[in-house]
Amino acid sequence: MQTLTNLFRNNIREYGMIIALVFIAGLFWILTDGISFSSLNLTNLILQNGFILVLAIGMVLVIITGHIDLSVGSVVAIVGAIAGVMMINHNVPVWLAIILSLVVGAVIGVWQGFWIAYMGLPSFIVTLASMLIFRGLTLYLLDGKSLAPFPDSFGMLSGGFLPAIGSGELHLLTIILSITLSLILIYMEFKNRKDQLSYSQEVSPLWLPLTKLALLVVVINWFAYQLALNKGIPTVLIIVIILIVIYTFIMKNTIMGRHIYATGGNKKAADLSGVKTKRVVFWVFVNNGIIAALAGLMFASRLNSATPAAGNMLELDAIASVFIGGASMAGGVGTVIGAIVGGLVMGIMNNGMSLIGVGIDWQQAIKGLVLLLAVGFDIYNKNRAGK
Amino acid sequence: MPDYILEMRNITKTFPGVKALDNVNLKVEKGEIHALVGENGAGKSTLMKVLSGVYPSGSYEGSIYFEGEECHFKDIKQSEQIGIVIIHQELALSPFLSIAENIFLGNERQSNSIINWPDTFLEARKLLEQVGLKESPNTAVMDIGVGKQQLVEIAKALSKNVKLLILDEPTAALNETDSENLLKLLLELKKQGITSILISHKLNEVSSISDNITILRDGQTIETFEAKGGKATEERIIKGMVGRELTSRYPERVPNIGEKIFEIENWNVYHPLQRDRKVIDNVNIHIRRGEIVGLAGLMGAGRTELAMSIFGKTYGKKITGLLYKNGEEIQTNTVSEAIEHGIAYVSEDRKTYGLNLIDDIKRNITLSNLKRVSKNSVIDENEEFREAQLLRERLNIKTPTLAQLAGNLSGGNQQKIVLSKWIFTEPDILILDEPTRGIDVGAKFEIYSLIHELAAEGMGVLVISSELPEVLGLSDRIYVMNEGRITGELDRAEANQESVMRYMTGAGGTKRANTN
Repeated sequence: MQTLTNLFRNNIREYGMIIALVFIAGLFWILTDGISFSSLNLTNLILQNGFILVLAIGMVLVIITGHIDLSVGSVVAIVGAIAGVMMINHNVPVWLAIILSLVVGAVIGVWQGFWIAYMGLPSFIVTLASMLIFRGLTLYLLDGKSLAPFPDSFGMLSGGFLPAIGSGELHLLTIILSITLSLILIYMEFKNRKDQLSYSQEVSPLWLPLTKLALLVVVINWFAYQLALNKGIPTVLIIVIILIVIYTFIMKNTIMGRHIYATGGNKKAADLSGVKTKRVVFWVFVNNGIIAALAGLMFASRLNSATPAAGNMLELDAIASVFIGGASMAGGVGTVIGAIVGGLVMGIMNNGMSLIGVGIDWQQAIKGLVLLLAVGFDIYNKNRAGK
Repeated sequence: MPDYILEMRNITKTFPGVKALDNVNLKVEKGEIHALVGENGAGKSTLMKVLSGVYPSGSYEGSIYFEGEECHFKDIKQSEQIGIVIIHQELALSPFLSIAENIFLGNERQSNSIINWPDTFLEARKLLEQVGLKESPNTAVMDIGVGKQQLVEIAKALSKNVKLLILDEPTAALNETDSENLLKLLLELKKQGITSILISHKLNEVSSISDNITILRDGQTIETFEAKGGKATEERIIKGMVGRELTSRYPERVPNIGEKIFEIENWNVYHPLQRDRKVIDNVNIHIRRGEIVGLAGLMGAGRTELAMSIFGKTYGKKITGLLYKNGEEIQTNTVSEAIEHGIAYVSEDRKTYGLNLIDDIKRNITLSNLKRVSKNSVIDENEEFREAQLLRERLNIKTPTLAQLAGNLSGGNQQKIVLSKWIFTEPDILILDEPTRGIDVGAKFEIYSLIHELAAEGMGVLVISSELPEVLGLSDRIYVMNEGRITGELDRAEANQESVMRYMTGAGGTKRANTN
């Protein structure tokens, strides 16, 4: 029991946000009489929040380096607008337009990274400026009006589903994928454990990873089953999962990831350790530009139009997700999974509050309070740990 | 019976684990210039912080009498109220405000919280005249030189009706002319009845203008003696400063010194902000394989600046000179280049420059050489664990697990992590900047043993230390720096505290080692 409390205390940051997610999910389950967890609504939840999760993944890297990006909402808008102009006005093929849009995102990232990393301007200022610049350019590009509709194939990006196999009620491919995923997770956990033991590292008692795995597998398969009852796995979810896997790997297992944490944790020490911190910050912003462009395409595809107001305030949802997910304003701390959990907290709240008919006014206020409480709780824990 | 303006009796101040001041007594006569001298870490600054209320009454033992009355200062404001003003080495001026605003900062000429500007300028002009500074009170402080800024600080002190003025290394950052002016001003103020305490490493200044000298060593008062009219020679002061037995012990070692591994030739570095100030002046030094070379010098002599300018040009501007490793010229324009050439630099401030305190031990150790535990940029965490574990055992880092955050460890263990980190880069030249600062005696011994081990493996080690016994105890050969120049090169046999101190204070001219 002693070890359990210790374990909990040492990982309160990680577990804290998962507990918050479970609590909020449970709350809305009760408040909506289970509707929020119906298979239809779960599908909607993903379709509505996919681009926030994508943005949160890019944003968490920025915040770990100790910076901030206020411009992603405007980048979403201008990329949507450029994609619209290309596909609708100039009949550029969809695949080419998508690639060019991502390149635009990269160029925007280069622009911001140049000012922040190499010119030494505060990221708050640079991205605030970009927020205005790109919103203004969007208005100019669209002449203040919406562009619609996009070609049908572009809609796949946000509204598509994995193809069905077989002819039953149940979406079989979804079930197969979720079982495969579960098996991969189980295999990796045990392989890791075996490797660690062979290097005589300390490992946590066996019941702990087993419980964790069991819970994870149950949640994944239940979730997949619900999706399978509806239309199966949406393309959006595939994109999000691929990004989670890639970025978790980068942050955990590569030199680049280490350098990102080191830069945010103590820039001076990182510099003196041979980490090229300027280059790190630069590439993190380039990356965030590309990610924001991807989110912009998903957003435009979901709306099936490019509008001047697209992505308004989205940056704040992304930033809030990252902080709810346990990242620190001072940099050096945060995880991709944390940001996703934070994004899901925001998403479930958005979706649940709409379901029970809370007005947009109170939705904003309540989300603000949740952000404040989440970060307050985090700071409280840190202070207590410091004593 | 002399008339004492200040008496500090039996002052004892302890920090966790360290007795910084041990029964210190200081008596200052009214109207004199009293010098306080001692090595780095002797307790001078701590004593002055006790006096000015930075360490409030109750946090130390002993008593303070000012003009015959016992004082219990809770903060600086209280000590300033009765006329004790301290001017720190790092000036406390706000660069964007004008001279007049700085003089009256926190003490504004005002009525009902509204600043009376005419009065401010009038008073400021008078004070500037008193300190002999010919500048308009409207000039921003950032637009005048360090020497003049020092005068503004003194004017600020005068505005508070100072009776006892404490100057901590006032001339450290000044050139010769400015220094002379400042010393003249002190004599001028003395005529006006203001008492001064002067803390300085520059012994020629001390012996020329002070009336009495008090020497501190290892937190204790050694002696106070008269110095009027140059009675105290520099030799006399040096003897007082260093005359002690080696307190910490050093492990036995038989050096096995090989060929030259690293050479610095005609190295010049300028200050990063003050473009015309030379910080390193034509330095030529070399290190041999298996040799431990000491680099001694007082604070501000340029030792850290020299090390950092070599290590990826992390300090300074307009760096010129040549570096040779094993006889071949090398370039170290970035830290990673320096690391690739086998140079490692363990900085003097482990918390600011050495560690990522919010990350764990393992990741701190491997950060500088992640390539060693990765394939195609992917880190093998198990291999990383194994390497970190080996170093943890070798350096005896006391921690339950490698997953512990670096910030949660003691100073000694943190220093061992930084050392592990640089050993992990497999360097040929290891530069250690104050490797045992703030570390207890036990950990010091372990670190000394480790330094010996590394030298025995064939590394060339350069040890920068402000503790003379450490430099003498560790080094096979010692370079001494003063004001950016190498003033002495001494072999182990000819080096002792007096000789090194003489070159450190610039009193000994310049000397090359007999053998080369």
